[in-house]
Amino acid sequence: MLDQSYYDKVDEIIEQYGRKESSLIPIMQDIQGEYRYLPGELLQYVAKEIGIREAKAFSVATFYENFSFEPKGKYVIKVCDGTACHVRKSTPVLEALYKELGLSKKKHTTEDMTFTVETVSCLGACGLAPTMMVNDEVHPAMTPEKAIALVKELRGDIV
Amino acid sequence: MGTMTIDGKRVTFTDEKNVLSVIRNAGIDLPTLCYHSELSTFGACRLCNVEDDRGKTFASCSEEPRDGMVIYTNTLRLMKYRRTIVELLLAAHCTDCSTCDKCGDCSLQRLARRLGLRKVRFENTKERQPLDYSSPSIVRDPNKCILCGDCVRMCAEVQGIGAIDFAFRGTEAVVTPSFMRKLSQTDCVNCGQCRVVCPTAAITIRDNTEEVWEAIADKNTRVVAQVAPAVRVAIGDAFGLPKGANAMDATVAILHRLGFDEVYDTAFSADLTVMEESKEFLERLESGENLPLLTSCCPAWVKLVSERYPEFKDNISTCRSPQGMFSAVLKEYYRDEANAQGKKTVVVSVMPCTAKKMEAKRPNSFTKGEQDTDVVITTTELSKMIKESGLAFDKIEPESADMPFGIASGAGVIFGVTGGVTEAVIRRLMPDHKKDTLKMVSELGARGEDEIKEFSVDYKGRTLNICVASGLATAQKVMDKVKSGEAHYDLIEIMACYRGCVMGGGQPVNAGPRTKQARQEGLYNADNTTIIKKSDENPMIQDVYDGILKGKEHELLHNECFV
Repeated sequence: MLDQSYYDKVDEIIEQYGRKESSLIPIMQDIQGEYRYLPGELLQYVAKEIGIREAKAFSVATFYENFSFEPKGKYVIKVCDGTACHVRKSTPVLEALYKELGLSKKKHTTEDMTFTVETVSCLGACGLAPTMMVNDEVHPAMTPEKAIALVKELRGDIV
Repeated sequence: MGTMTIDGKRVTFTDEKNVLSVIRNAGIDLPTLCYHSELSTFGACRLCNVEDDRGKTFASCSEEPRDGMVIYTNTLRLMKYRRTIVELLLAAHCTDCSTCDKCGDCSLQRLARRLGLRKVRFENTKERQPLDYSSPSIVRDPNKCILCGDCVRMCAEVQGIGAIDFAFRGTEAVVTPSFMRKLSQTDCVNCGQCRVVCPTAAITIRDNTEEVWEAIADKNTRVVAQVAPAVRVAIGDAFGLPKGANAMDATVAILHRLGFDEVYDTAFSADLTVMEESKEFLERLESGENLPLLTSCCPAWVKLVSERYPEFKDNISTCRSPQGMFSAVLKEYYRDEANAQGKKTVVVSVMPCTAKKMEAKRPNSFTKGEQDTDVVITTTELSKMIKESGLAFDKIEPESADMPFGIASGAGVIFGVTGGVTEAVIRRLMPDHKKDTLKMVSELGARGEDEIKEFSVDYKGRTLNICVASGLATAQKVMDKVKSGEAHYDLIEIMACYRGCVMGGGQPVNAGPRTKQARQEGLYNADNTTIIKKSDENPMIQDVYDGILKGKEHELLHNECFV
């Protein structure tokens, strides 16, 4: 159960976009921006408030890779696996991160909720391949070593 | 208005909404898996693809007819496309055809055979998903879903419920309730319309026939059937009878042969419903309380009101549905040891409806702690039982319903079509049964194809405003208007399924526009040829009021509440 503060926040977001069908995506984006994930209870609440069916809201939320019902870590690392990044060896970067953080294709977020590692299909920065994003920051020309060094830095380990 | 050339032949078109309709009207049965004329156009299955004179292919369901169009429907390229589409669908499909519930009625199976597909080159790599048996009315098998979205659009557009939708995408896409819940955890009203449009066995009727066979096999059990009005005009579909033909007498005979001890017509208890509901209506008009009166025959509608319009819960008629009334009366009759003669009684109702399975299990469908209706089977399930038995439907000698509850009026029979309950109640309120009176009642506005039918009738100097609608999306439009004060009615009749019970969720599938019309006409014709037209003139009705019902009208015929 989420406490009342979540619903108050969502009310605020809903007011901003208006109670209409087309507000669904911006509202979900703001909720995810606020909490780093989209709590299912809040999606149900939004659907009811803006007058769309819950199954429809779930449909939209699951269609876009960007929305997550699982809480994400403080640092969300998106490793690009688009064609350009893939051929310039993004897979070893991803594997190095999985190994360093004890994650896998099935387990995206570390126990301490610090890191989430996921792949994206293209970041649109193919000239910088292989590319990776940490939250809103782009990291170009990655190697497994650079990726691990970055993780250590973010974790506060002495580099 | 214009002309186009289809496969080298000039064809005129008028107001067809898409090229597909023009092609079909021209006598070419272009296959589709996601197109239903009463739903929005989806364009997902691509089976209706055609080619134009420049070699461009497009989905004919999603293209408006234009004057001078030149199209081809059967080029080698298109034939290969179609075969590949069906092959790919089958590759991701659970193909246990011979033991599948839909075997013989499945559009995918029929199409594979029609297109001459003999081999599927690809392996099914999909993980097997569990079936959803949580609903008393329907079963969902995600392994057989081809993602045509017919059920999704039916549920959202025609019924305004939206219990299921697509989720995830690409190879992971599924049709599911929100958060992958089970159907019973949603606001599904059990109408079964999703199952009517499902081309495969991804959504099927919850089968209860085994319980019936077991009851029949038990020598210490008296198995009593009641057959709803709408069943008689659809049961013949599976046995080559003309569409909409009234097969009640043959159905009664078949049920006897199957081993039912007694067979009755639910139209009898529809007469009871008319008596009780018109009495209740007059009382409410007198007191001015809880108006408009909302009809309570349709369990899907009752569920919708209880959940989405709880402020109108007291407006729902307290009358049990005809199914509920009949079963309660039958059980009461056999509580008397003189009638029971040491046998246990099992009441089986044969309904056009999947929601009736839910209604039978509702807490208010019990009398004296006993479930009134033991088993509900749909028309489709009865068809299967008849087929299994090997009885030839067309060779059976017709029989009439049994006594002591064997007489029904025409008013009771038309319950199976939208507007029928209202017409029956108004007939009851009329002082006589003269031809002119009945004709006037039939022309008031309860009949016909309009989405929402509004009309008024004078009753002892007072104007009664009445609304009749079918389809739950339409019903919600009506209720929203009543809620906002925009509309004022004294009586609202709603049937969850568009056109009424004749098109219920338990009826045989693949009914086209002509069949839909024929079923409605079939019931009106049955009324026309019934001598007794008014429920209050049914001699059996007075008998039961003086006899078994005396002092028990409320207990047996009404609900306390719909919580």
